[in-house]
Amino acid sequence: MAAHKKPLIIHFSLALVALMLAGPGAQARPQRIVSIIPSVTEMLFAMGAGPRVVGVGTFDRYPPEALTRTKVGGLIDPDMERIISLKPDLVAVYETQTDLRTQMNRAKIPVFLYRHSGLSDITSTIRELGARIGSVKEGSDLAGRIDAEIADVRKRIAGRPRPRTLLVFGRDAETLRGIYASGGIGFLHDMLEAAGGVNVFTDVKRQSIQTTSELAIARAPDVIVEIGADTSSSSGRNLRAWDAVGAIPAVRNKRIYLLRGDGMMNPGPRISQSVRRMAEVLHPGAIK
Amino acid sequence: MRIGRRMAVTWLLFGAAAALVCLVAPLMGSTSINLWRVFDSSIPFADNADAQIFFVARLPRVLAGALVGSALAASGVVLQALLRNPLATPFTLGVSAGAALGAMLALTLDMPSGIVGFSAVPIASFAGSLGAVAIVYGLARARRSGLSTNVLLLAGVTLNSFFSALILFVQFLSDFTQTFRTVRWLMGDLDVSSYAPLLAAVPPIALSFGAFAVLPRRMNLLSISDESAASRGVDVHRTQRLAFLSASLATGAAVSLGGPVGFIGIVVPHLIRLIVGADHRLVLPASAFGGAAFLVACDTVSRTALAPLEVPVGVVTAIIGGPFFLWLLIRNR
Repeated sequence: MAAHKKPLIIHFSLALVALMLAGPGAQARPQRIVSIIPSVTEMLFAMGAGPRVVGVGTFDRYPPEALTRTKVGGLIDPDMERIISLKPDLVAVYETQTDLRTQMNRAKIPVFLYRHSGLSDITSTIRELGARIGSVKEGSDLAGRIDAEIADVRKRIAGRPRPRTLLVFGRDAETLRGIYASGGIGFLHDMLEAAGGVNVFTDVKRQSIQTTSELAIARAPDVIVEIGADTSSSSGRNLRAWDAVGAIPAVRNKRIYLLRGDGMMNPGPRISQSVRRMAEVLHPGAIK
Repeated sequence: MRIGRRMAVTWLLFGAAAALVCLVAPLMGSTSINLWRVFDSSIPFADNADAQIFFVARLPRVLAGALVGSALAASGVVLQALLRNPLATPFTLGVSAGAALGAMLALTLDMPSGIVGFSAVPIASFAGSLGAVAIVYGLARARRSGLSTNVLLLAGVTLNSFFSALILFVQFLSDFTQTFRTVRWLMGDLDVSSYAPLLAAVPPIALSFGAFAVLPRRMNLLSISDESAASRGVDVHRTQRLAFLSASLATGAAVSLGGPVGFIGIVVPHLIRLIVGADHRLVLPASAFGGAAFLVACDTVSRTALAPLEVPVGVVTAIIGGPFFLWLLIRNR
């Protein structure tokens, strides 16, 4: 990689910046990291810090290596006892887990606060995390690669007409009941925009919206993209359920796609692949 | 007024009110549609968005509301009479908790039904309600030849708590998106989007209503005491059995169709009693129509109040039903 040829002085200055960013008390390079957040766990492994990860969350399923680590609970049920018994020197927690943060403070265990938000926050989180664990270069390389891959997708679809898209992330298997779609904010919405689609619910300033069949017909999407993790809620989803509402252009023109995969729902390092997969169905032929 | 005439007037007035609400409701929604286009046969149905909104999205939903509201309100009347307890609801005897457990399992395990247009959730939920009914019924019969209403009540309440614990356990094991969907299911949702679930719910509800038709006179006597009813020729055990099983069947079918929409089973019957008095020959049909009208009206609010967002219909029934009922209670003192 080109990065290896950079002069030493750049590495040095980057490390210095990282030290300054990290602030007092965090100068040491954490060696025993616990992350209960699936996307942060992925980030850690992707930037080569996997060997330093000693504990992961119950919902962490990627990379496969993460499954071999001790499970310490999730967002609503973090297992304090087990976390402390792992003697971590850094614990990545959700910003909203105030109880856990208080307990970590009491145990004098440093924390990395994670905030769930938009697409651009993913790479900034990766850079921040890299700096925090003393892997500045690895973090910024990873973030740079993801940014470049997303920029590549944007470039390839530039100038093409952007289809109005309904992005569904939950639905009862065989019917049009319980349809959950991306609203006009959040990383799913950003992903759809980056992949060259226009969200039919751009005006609804919420991360998710439970939509009815009436709204789906009225918003008349050109494309319907259903996404879901491998492990849940999508395995048996039947796209033929949409046949009942043929007035939707996407149904009439048979432009309904099911993109399955754990990474699709995860705001982590695989996000650029997810954007790419989405762009492939929104703009057939433009990507490859 | 003679009872025959009062019954005729009750059927006519409440029936007309329910019919009116059901006719107006499909005209309202989160989007505006052109009624001429809806019924314009020159546009093929496959391309007619207005007609699809009307016939696929709204009409089944209104019919589901009518069916669920009617079944829950009528079951409420029957169970209040059977248990001689004004606080009884269709959900008191564990039926809805059984249904909820079935639905939770189907949602969490993401069971496929294998039939397009028909989810596994209502099937599992109906099975769960039947399971709960069987357990409660078995317990209430175990002690003596008849049906002990005390055991019925205690077993039902205990089973409710037990199933609720199991539901929490299932939720604990599932991931976030599933937990959200299951919690949402508990708030009730009538957006059925096809006629298949309606057709599936009609036979059990029709069967129950058939049983309800013979119950009112016997319930009038039973509401005094078992002994006085027996002395006037009522087969008490048979009546109790019929009342319990038919009300449970209707509740199970209603919950599997629209989720456990709260408040209807208790507010509507009491509201109706404040209007027509305590005679079950009037209360039961009036509640069936009133429940339909009430739920369809609440669902219209749910669809339109915060459009394009939807307020869960169970939240609307509680927010509108609760204070309204309290006001009536004070006004009629």
